[in-house]
Amino acid sequence: MHPPELKQLTATQKIRRMPFPSEVVLPLRQHAGKPARLLASRGDHVERGDLLAAADGFMSVPIHASASGRIAELGWWPHPDGSMAEAVRITVDRFSAQLPRPRMVPHWEGLSKEQVVNAVQQAGIVGLGGAAFPAHVKLLPPKDAKIELLLLNGAECEPYLTTDHRLMAEQPERVIYGARIMMHALGVTRCVIGIERNKPDAIEAIRGALPSDADITVQPLTVKYPQGAEKMLIKALTGREVPSGKLPLNVGVIVQNVGTVATIGEVFETGLPLVERVVTITGPGVRKPSNLLMPIGTRLRDALDACGGLTADVSEIIFGGPMMGGAVSDLDTPIIKGITGVVALTPDVARTEPTLPCIRCGRCLDSCPVFLNPSQLGLLAQAGRYEEMEALHLADCMLCGSCSYVCPSNIPLSQMFALGKAGLRKQKVKAAAEAAAAVLKVGAA
Amino acid sequence: MSEPRLDLTASPHLHSPDSTAKIMWTVVFSLLPIVAAAGYFFGISALLVVATATLSTVATERLISGPGTLGNGSATITGVLLGLVLPAGMPLWMVAIGGVVSIGLGKAIFGGLGQNLFNPALIGRAFLQAAFPQAITTWPVAGGSFFALKGDNFALPLMRGSAPDVVTHATPLGLMKFEHTGTGIGSLILGNVGGSVGETSALLILICGGYLAYRNYLNWRIPASIMLTAGLFAAALHLINPLYPGGLFMLFSGGLMLGAVYMATDMVTSPITHKGCWIFGIGIGLLVVLIRVWGGLPEGVMYAILIMNSLVPFINRATQPRVFGVEAPSRLKRKAVAS
Repeated sequence: MHPPELKQLTATQKIRRMPFPSEVVLPLRQHAGKPARLLASRGDHVERGDLLAAADGFMSVPIHASASGRIAELGWWPHPDGSMAEAVRITVDRFSAQLPRPRMVPHWEGLSKEQVVNAVQQAGIVGLGGAAFPAHVKLLPPKDAKIELLLLNGAECEPYLTTDHRLMAEQPERVIYGARIMMHALGVTRCVIGIERNKPDAIEAIRGALPSDADITVQPLTVKYPQGAEKMLIKALTGREVPSGKLPLNVGVIVQNVGTVATIGEVFETGLPLVERVVTITGPGVRKPSNLLMPIGTRLRDALDACGGLTADVSEIIFGGPMMGGAVSDLDTPIIKGITGVVALTPDVARTEPTLPCIRCGRCLDSCPVFLNPSQLGLLAQAGRYEEMEALHLADCMLCGSCSYVCPSNIPLSQMFALGKAGLRKQKVKAAAEAAAAVLKVGAA
Repeated sequence: MSEPRLDLTASPHLHSPDSTAKIMWTVVFSLLPIVAAAGYFFGISALLVVATATLSTVATERLISGPGTLGNGSATITGVLLGLVLPAGMPLWMVAIGGVVSIGLGKAIFGGLGQNLFNPALIGRAFLQAAFPQAITTWPVAGGSFFALKGDNFALPLMRGSAPDVVTHATPLGLMKFEHTGTGIGSLILGNVGGSVGETSALLILICGGYLAYRNYLNWRIPASIMLTAGLFAAALHLINPLYPGGLFMLFSGGLMLGAVYMATDMVTSPITHKGCWIFGIGIGLLVVLIRVWGGLPEGVMYAILIMNSLVPFINRATQPRVFGVEAPSRLKRKAVAS
C-alpha cells in the first residue's frame, strides 16, 4: 500500500522551539492505562518539570508541569480523543526563564534494571509514536520472556509526518544514548534501528552516530504503509511473525519508537521529565508548516499560531497522521504526549465521496497488512454480526485504514471495524451479565 | 482568528484517487477502439447493434434503479459488451430485448450493482441464444461497404428479418467443428473473419486489456490463466489427434479473447482473491475447450464463464488468505501428525 508521502512540506525543516504559550492544559489521562492521580491544587505555583499528578499503579505514569506558572483551574477540558477529560490548566509566567529546578542525574551504568525502569516511569515517559503506552512497562517484561533484541521504530510511515525523521537527523546521538540505556535495562546485546528509505539523511545521521562498542545497527526499510506498525516492523526487520493475539515479547523482541528512546536518553542527560516533544504541524491548511518543539499541553490554537495560522479554506484538522489520526474540531484541545503531528487538510485533499456498493474488486484484500478479508468483514459489520467477525480475526485488525484508503466504492471499512470491535465488547459484557443473572436465578430457586 | 468550521470524519482522511465510477468509465473508454474496429469490419450494422444494446441497458437501469446509478457506468459497460457479442446483422428489436434482460434478470433482480452472481451481458446473450437461435447464429461476412447493412437490422418487432442479399458465412469455430476446415492464424489475430461484432480482432482486445491491467483496473491473472489453460489443453489434444484444433487456433478464434479479457474479469462476478482468480481462469479455460471440442455448440466461452461465475462464492471461501500470525490449518494438521 502506497499512499502519497506528502512529507516534503516539513522534511527539510529544522526542529524549531516554539515560544512558550500563555497557558498550557495537561489532562491527567495522556497514556494507555490508569489516569494519573492529581496532587496539585488550584492557585499553586509550579516550576517547569514539577510533579502535578502521580502515577496510579504500575500501568500509569505521572504528569509534570510543562511550563512554569500558576495553576489556574482544575477541571474538565476537551481531550484529543474527542471526549472531555480532567485536566490541569496552568497560566504560564510571562517573564519566566522557564528554567527547571536543579536535579541530580545518576549515571545509568551504575543503576540496576529496576532503578532504570523506575526512573523512566517517574519521568512520565510514554510511547511518543502515537499509542502512548507507558514506556517503563515495556522495559520490565515478564520473567519467563526471553528478550534478545531491541528494535527501534524509525519507519514513520504515516503521510505528512516528519517528527521522527527530523529527530533522527538532528539528534542521532540522543537516540543512540537512549538505546544504550534501554539495552542495559533489558539486558539485551543487540539493537536494530529500522528507518524507511525515504529518509536518507536520517539513515546517514544515525549511521554516523553508531557506537563501536555496542551492537547497534541501522536497517533501511522499504517505503510502504503501514511499515511502522509494530508487527509489520518486526516482520520486516527479523522475519519473525508475531502470533495472532500475542505480543512482540513472545518472539523475543521489544519495539520502541525512536522519539521515545531519545526522550529516555534526555532524561538521563538532564534529569528533566517528559515536558516537551517534537510535533509536525503541517498540511495544506497551515500557512507555515513546521516541526515544532513544544511544551506538552500546548493548545492547538497556540501551536497553529506559531505556524502562521490556518488558511481560509481549511476543512479538517487531524491529530496524528492522516491514515490513523482522529479529527478534532475544538481549537482549545491540548497537544498531549502521544500526539505526533497536526495535519490541517483542505477540501480538495479530504474529499468525501458517496459510498457505492462493494464491487468485489479485491483491493482491500491486497492492501490488508495482516491478510484479513475486509470486504467480507464489512458485510458482516453492516449486518451487526460481530461474533462472525471475531471468528474471521477481527481482533487482528489494527485499524490502519489501508482498506478504506483503497476502496473505490468509498466504503468506510476501518470505521466499521472500529465499531465492530466496540460492538463485540458490548455483546460480551451483555452475555456475561445475562449468564450471571441466570446463575443468580438458579441460586434463588 | 475567527473560528473555522471544521469537519469531523473518521480516519483515514486520505483516499486513493481510484473510484468505482472511474474504473467503470475507464473500462468503457478502453472498449471504444474495439467498437471502432467492429465498425471497420462490419460497417454501420455493428455500430447500430452496439448503440442499441447500450441504449437499452442504460434505459432499463434508469427505469429500475432510478436516476443516480447511471453515473457509475456499469450499465454502459454491460450494454457495450452485450452489443459486442452479438452478430452484426441481428434485428435491433432483439438486441434491445437482450439489453432489458441483461440489466433486469442479470443484475437488478439480485439487488443491483455488486450483488449479481452472473455476468449481466452474458445473461442477456444467453437469453437471446435461447430465444432467437437462428438470428444469433447468422454470421455476416466482414468487409463490404460501410453503409451496407449486414442483415435486416430494422426488422419490425416479432418479425424474423429477411436479408437474402447478405452474404453469411460460418465462423472459424463453426468451420472447424462442422467442416473440419481451419482458418489462418493471421486472419484470426487481425480480425477479418466471421463472428460477433467484437470478437474479431484478438490483437486489439489484447492491447486494450493490457492497458486496463496496467492501470490495475483488471486482474491480469484471470485472462492469463484462461489463455494458458485453453492454449495448453488444446495443444495437448492436438498432439494426440491432429483433427482437433491447435492451441493458437483455440486462443484466437471466437469469443475467447473478449471473454477472457472483458467478460471473465468483471470484478463483481469473479473471485476476490488472487488464488481464486487462477482457479476461476483455469476452470474457464478447461470448460471452453471441453465445450468446443466435445459439446454440441461450436462456441463455449459464454457458458464456460457463466458456469464458473456460479462457483465464485465457493472459490472465494476456499481461497481465503492466511491471516498474519495465524498458522495455516494444513500446517497445524501436519504438526498434530508429527507430535
